[in-house]
Amino acid sequence: MVPEQNALLEALQQRHGRELQERFTAATVAICGLGGLGSHIATALARAGIGRLILIDFDQVDITNLHRQQYKVTQIGRCKTEALAENLLEMAPYLELELHCIRITEENVEELLQRADIICEALDEPEAKAMLTNRVLEKLPGKYLIAASGMAGMGSVNAIQTRRITERFYLCGDGTSDVSEGMGLVAPRVMLCAAHQAHTALRILAKEYEV
Amino acid sequence: MVKVNGKNVDIAGKTLSAYLATTNYDCKRIAVERNGDIIPRTQYEETILAEGDVIEVVSFVGGG
Repeated sequence: MVPEQNALLEALQQRHGRELQERFTAATVAICGLGGLGSHIATALARAGIGRLILIDFDQVDITNLHRQQYKVTQIGRCKTEALAENLLEMAPYLELELHCIRITEENVEELLQRADIICEALDEPEAKAMLTNRVLEKLPGKYLIAASGMAGMGSVNAIQTRRITERFYLCGDGTSDVSEGMGLVAPRVMLCAAHQAHTALRILAKEYEV
Repeated sequence: MVKVNGKNVDIAGKTLSAYLATTNYDCKRIAVERNGDIIPRTQYEETILAEGDVIEVVSFVGGG
């Protein structure tokens, strides 16, 4: 049986404190890309009681995603936005969701992200990551952006870091481990980078801006 | 001197695009901040680096 909304909220308030939970509940976070990074960022933020998530990905769940992304074999072939929404609502049934099964382009960045307080960049291609970063910092200067670069392979967990590049731009990852070189993405290391991004979002909402 | 990613480089007076041309950066994979502000991609050619500028070039690698 699904608990009442108030019961779940009280449980979150017990963990986070009333004031902090109010900030989490009032927040809207956009997650751009729902792969190894984005599906884990979304899971962490849904569990933490973020009020509203904007989920954006053009892709469908593939058999090659299952080793590192928060999907199930029964969801192969479905839009990642819909599959992830289904999974998140099993953990956080009162989470508000806005789903966009669409590719993010220079032209639609502002429209897709204008309602977000915080934007997580969780795309795959370096050109797309750079495009989104440039566009958000240029056109949406009031937003916080948490991007990621370098989390592939079997490198040390301790190489994954969060840097504050400018006042509203954070960058997580080791900066160098490219998925196109070496062995690709390995679940725990991608999760670790996603955890950096998700926790940075929570810290921003807690007004803890330093890394 | 201009500080680029924490290192002093003798490029004051050069344009950003002239400096980037001397590096291995792929312009499609980077974002550049100067003194805490993003430099729009369309302005790399006209942005002249000044003495004391602090530049951060973020170069993305793939994976996500």
